Amino acid sequence: MDLVALLAVQVLYAIASLALISVGLAIIFGMMRVINLAHGEFLMLGGYAAIVATSRGISIWLSMLVIAPIVVGIIGVIVERTIIRFLYGRMIDTMLATWGLSLFLVGLTTAIFGNTTVGISAPLGSIEIGAYRFSTYTLFVIAVAVLVLAAIFAVMRWTRLGLIARGTMQNADMAAALGVNPPRVYAITFGIGAALSGLAGAVLAPVSGVFPTIGVAYVAKSFITVIGGGAAILSGTLSASALFGTINQVATFATTPVFGEVALLAAAIVLIRLLPQGITGRFFRRGL
Amino acid sequence: MKSGSLNILGLALVGIAGLAVLLLTPRFAELDVVLELTIYMIMAILALSLALIWGYGGILCFGQSAFFGLGAYTYAIAMFNIGESTVPVLLAVMLPAAFAALLGYFIFYGRISDVYLGVITLTVTLILFNSVNSTAGPEFHIGTARLGGFNGIPGIPPLNVPGNKSAVIDLEGMFYLATASLLVTYFGLRLLLASRFGRVIVGIRENERRAELLGYDPRAYKLVTFVIGGALAGFAGCLFANWGNFVSPTIFGLAQSAQIIIWVIVGGRGTLIGPILGCIGIQWLTTALGANQPSGSDWWARIMANAPLIFGIILIAFVLLVPRGLVPTLGDWGGRLLRWPLRRASLALKPKRAEEG
Repeated sequence: MDLVALLAVQVLYAIASLALISVGLAIIFGMMRVINLAHGEFLMLGGYAAIVATSRGISIWLSMLVIAPIVVGIIGVIVERTIIRFLYGRMIDTMLATWGLSLFLVGLTTAIFGNTTVGISAPLGSIEIGAYRFSTYTLFVIAVAVLVLAAIFAVMRWTRLGLIARGTMQNADMAAALGVNPPRVYAITFGIGAALSGLAGAVLAPVSGVFPTIGVAYVAKSFITVIGGGAAILSGTLSASALFGTINQVATFATTPVFGEVALLAAAIVLIRLLPQGITGRFFRRGL
Repeated sequence: MKSGSLNILGLALVGIAGLAVLLLTPRFAELDVVLELTIYMIMAILALSLALIWGYGGILCFGQSAFFGLGAYTYAIAMFNIGESTVPVLLAVMLPAAFAALLGYFIFYGRISDVYLGVITLTVTLILFNSVNSTAGPEFHIGTARLGGFNGIPGIPPLNVPGNKSAVIDLEGMFYLATASLLVTYFGLRLLLASRFGRVIVGIRENERRAELLGYDPRAYKLVTFVIGGALAGFAGCLFANWGNFVSPTIFGLAQSAQIIIWVIVGGRGTLIGPILGCIGIQWLTTALGANQPSGSDWWARIMANAPLIFGIILIAFVLLVPRGLVPTLGDWGGRLLRWPLRRASLALKPKRAEEG
């Protein structure tokens, strides 16, 4: 019984962390049809921003939840203005350029911080369920994921920015004809996507530590979550995270964490083959 | 007609240059240079494999290193079990080809679009990397060969003359073999691309729907192209395992995949000589940067020794500024320069034709 409860928490945590690391990418991909292969490095930068800020004596909550998203959001806007905006409509070239950006950022952080893992210890203590013990921080990550998704839903559903965003997604030309300035929307979108990635990277930094090449561990997982989810940002991310997170955690439980990841990736390939449009291409079509 | 004669001239030039490198280098160069050149040749074969499927087939495979790594591992494992290199070499070509066939069937017959193709191949590479990386324990072995996990497999037996186990091919022999293989691959691909099959795959790259309406099955053509690319990459991997007598999971890694793509994009998509030159140039740059190890706190030296940083800048710069790659761009400029005096003369002599205006 205790084991079941523990497993349930672990599965929820796997789902939450998947949703958290993919939602920034989902926004950028869903809105702009830009494949950002430097996504993992945005997460990595978020982790570094949080760790540097914490080591300067700033409260860990402030550095994780405020400073990291702002820093990475600004970096995102700079990247959009200097690289991405020249490549709209050239999907493959965007992939290649952002891959170059990813290598560049890995090299840059290696030059600055060195090729070692730095970490901050997870705040909050631990909780016991019967004979088992797990970190309260797990629950915090789940809560952050829920809050982020709820906030995105609220913004998309009830604000002017959300309306403009949905309009641009559905038909960019029509939105432009109605007076929306697409370059500005794209820059803001890219910035928000990057900021969310920075937040995710910072929140997960105490769990995994941060090192320059950590992006690789994130990028494939977030990509398959976004592509597995399909066009709808929220319901897609959520349903794909739920599916892949469960598979990952159950396989991890049965074998080793490495094979848990392999099972996740293999399941994703099968899913893309069965539903090329993603889960929301077939189900939940009217979701956000 | 003119481009045809230029082609023959180009082919002859490549052939002569290749033969010159093949025959002259071991006579005049030191052994370490020969060793270095051998790896360039091996990597150039890998570059050609992607040049075929991406540059001509239009299939952007982010996981070409998967086939390369499979080839290397297959050779290593088969070699430990068999001890005579003929069968391992064949296996190192056939297994990646079979894997490419399986994956390609999945992708092309599922009609998965370009972007998803990139992500799937990337994912497959990561799966292989993760799986092989975690096989360090002694319980992971195939026959007598231990997989070694992140430690890799050291001490792989070298190639021998087919049928004669004791006639081991030495370093110089490896150079001849690698260079000859590169030349054969290059001319083989030129032949393939000049054939009906080659024309069809370029046609599919240009417009898949049109090719389909003309009665060709793009799925089958792409699959065959993909398999040829996989087999070539596997063969390059087999040579690579020989060159260093060592394989480790890093050859499945994303860094390796990124390099292959950079070679092709720097050299030029849609050419064969471009990726070869791009590969040799970038490999040389890697060696030069690696030799320039960071000493002290000199930030300039630290940046120059940082290969990902430099590669990232190269990749971004080429996508933004020279998206077609060096060889086609330089070829255009060269062509314009050559034609320039001719056109001036012809303009002076003849009235301009209407459709030129």
